[in-house]
Amino acid sequence: MTPASGNSLQLKLKKKLTSRGVGTFLLDVEFVAEPGITILFGHSGSGKTTILQCIAGLLKPDEGRIVAGDEVVFDSDSRVDVAVSKRNTGYVFQNLALFPHLTVEQNIHYGLDGFSREEKDRRTQAVLESFHIPHLLHRKPDEISGGEHQRVALARSLVTDPRVLLLDEPLSALDGVTKSKIMDDLRAWNEARNIPIIYVTHGRREVFSLGERVVALERGKIIAQGTPQDVLAAPSHEMLAQLAGFENIFDSTVVAQYESHGTMACRLERRVTAKQHDGPSPEEGDPRSAGSTPVRKPLELEVPLVRMDLGAGVRIAVRAGDILLSTQRPQALSARNVFIGRLVAMNRVGVMVVAEVDCGVLITVDITPSAVESLGLKVGQEVWLIIKTYSCHLLHHTSRDVQRAYQDDTSYVR
Amino acid sequence: MNWQAIALTFKLACCVSAILLLIGLPIAYWVTYSRWRWKFIVEAVVALPIVLPPTVLGFYVLMAIGSHGWVGKIWQAWFDRRLAFTFPGLVIASVLYSLPFAVQPFAAGFSGVDRKLIEASWTLGASKLRTFLRVILPLSFTGILTGVVLSFAHTLGEFGVVLMVGGNIEGVTRTVSIDIYDNVQAFNNVAAGETALLLLVFSFVVLSIVYGLNRRMWEAFPTK
Repeated sequence: MTPASGNSLQLKLKKKLTSRGVGTFLLDVEFVAEPGITILFGHSGSGKTTILQCIAGLLKPDEGRIVAGDEVVFDSDSRVDVAVSKRNTGYVFQNLALFPHLTVEQNIHYGLDGFSREEKDRRTQAVLESFHIPHLLHRKPDEISGGEHQRVALARSLVTDPRVLLLDEPLSALDGVTKSKIMDDLRAWNEARNIPIIYVTHGRREVFSLGERVVALERGKIIAQGTPQDVLAAPSHEMLAQLAGFENIFDSTVVAQYESHGTMACRLERRVTAKQHDGPSPEEGDPRSAGSTPVRKPLELEVPLVRMDLGAGVRIAVRAGDILLSTQRPQALSARNVFIGRLVAMNRVGVMVVAEVDCGVLITVDITPSAVESLGLKVGQEVWLIIKTYSCHLLHHTSRDVQRAYQDDTSYVR
Repeated sequence: MNWQAIALTFKLACCVSAILLLIGLPIAYWVTYSRWRWKFIVEAVVALPIVLPPTVLGFYVLMAIGSHGWVGKIWQAWFDRRLAFTFPGLVIASVLYSLPFAVQPFAAGFSGVDRKLIEASWTLGASKLRTFLRVILPLSFTGILTGVVLSFAHTLGEFGVVLMVGGNIEGVTRTVSIDIYDNVQAFNNVAAGETALLLLVFSFVVLSIVYGLNRRMWEAFPTK
């Protein structure tokens, strides 16, 4: 590895892991986290939290080397293993781990043992103001609200001026607005300190909104890294596609190729992704009760041409946000794919409404609440979906056991 | 009522629960957090007094602290007096006898503390001792109080171990339960009944407090 530059965190580690649903695998990663926010992105059980625990010293890698700034905190070759309490790492746990018997002030003072009373108060005041929570000083954790817990936990970790900040999905329980406000405060705080912040998540929205860099992990290996746009905008990897918000992934068969148009037609066989939200599925409910079912032929999607044999299987991914929905048959459109279907479910998720449309296969569409209102959308009604050819992404298959792991673990759906 | 026996018994129970607080906390800490694969053997040894007949335990303790036992010999060499049939001998035996009644509630209290709180304390730079004093101890307070109260109450009522190790020496080793036994042997049922009732009421009150505390601190003491 190259020598440490400034505040960066260099990491190279191997550790054998046994994870429920995924089985035993080797965590084997090497990356450098520069100052700023690095998102560690992957499925539950991919080894993300283990990496944080190794950095903090809560777990010991089988082998490897961890350098924080200019200090080697772990090196299996030279048998360096700095104790957790001496590593000066800020760690915000998923459950935040505020001390329930201490007030906010006592929680924040906890890491300042050895400082004078004035210095403790000065630092506490500064960090509380940075995170807009000075009014919470004398409250206990059970007397403050959801977003405030996260702010206190961040303040408690940052008041000690750590060399690295590790965040293990601490904001996953919050809504998008609260989350981004907290992240803005964190970014502002870090402008002066410029330390590496490693943010673990399995939620793609966080990857796009929070991270400057992304390290994507699957079964203990790094499968991609770079800017969020690079890694997630055009994912070639199925796992990334699922995580990157391609709510619709289908198994299909190539039925025709149009060399001159640069496109090919694929017949959709089966939806791979789980249904996005609970609601009556076409199998469970009785769609006929809502009216007559439109007569449909098997769904064929026109997708960008790749070199493939006719009859070959291909996996297609489409973002729910890239699909248009119309209550009337659209005419004179450039889009090649127009399907009729029945709206079988609508669920409010944050600022969006997630709709499930049964077109023979179930297709998930994101729409805005105002669109629902102005179109007067009702579950059971007939709608048309419009999908541009170049919104259809073709994916590489991943190994079978990884797919099984997705099915075991439904957390990525939510 | 034999107030001397009652006072002696309470003195014994106080000594025993104080000593158990001191040695029980480290043992319980080790039992809770050690990852040693043979830990269960230590746990079994600690729990042994629960199932062992007090006479068996008393017998071994007597062998150890008697004038030919190794503990007795060391004691003799240091203090120039014997240990068997004395109050200190009785304390040693009672500590062993009540050990699980302190260690198990302590350990239950410790293991109820969220692991993440302990890890958070470490990452904030706190040593293991400081983490213990500032996080684990306050958060397992009910478990610790339960252990102290139970070992106190358990010592009050012991009979077999006292008889084996302490004998029945007025003012030195004659505890309440032995006093009751003596009274019954002498057909002095009224005196036995009075003392027995006292022990019954006291034990009931103590256990009520323990179970009340275990429901939740502020339900037992709604001061919050």
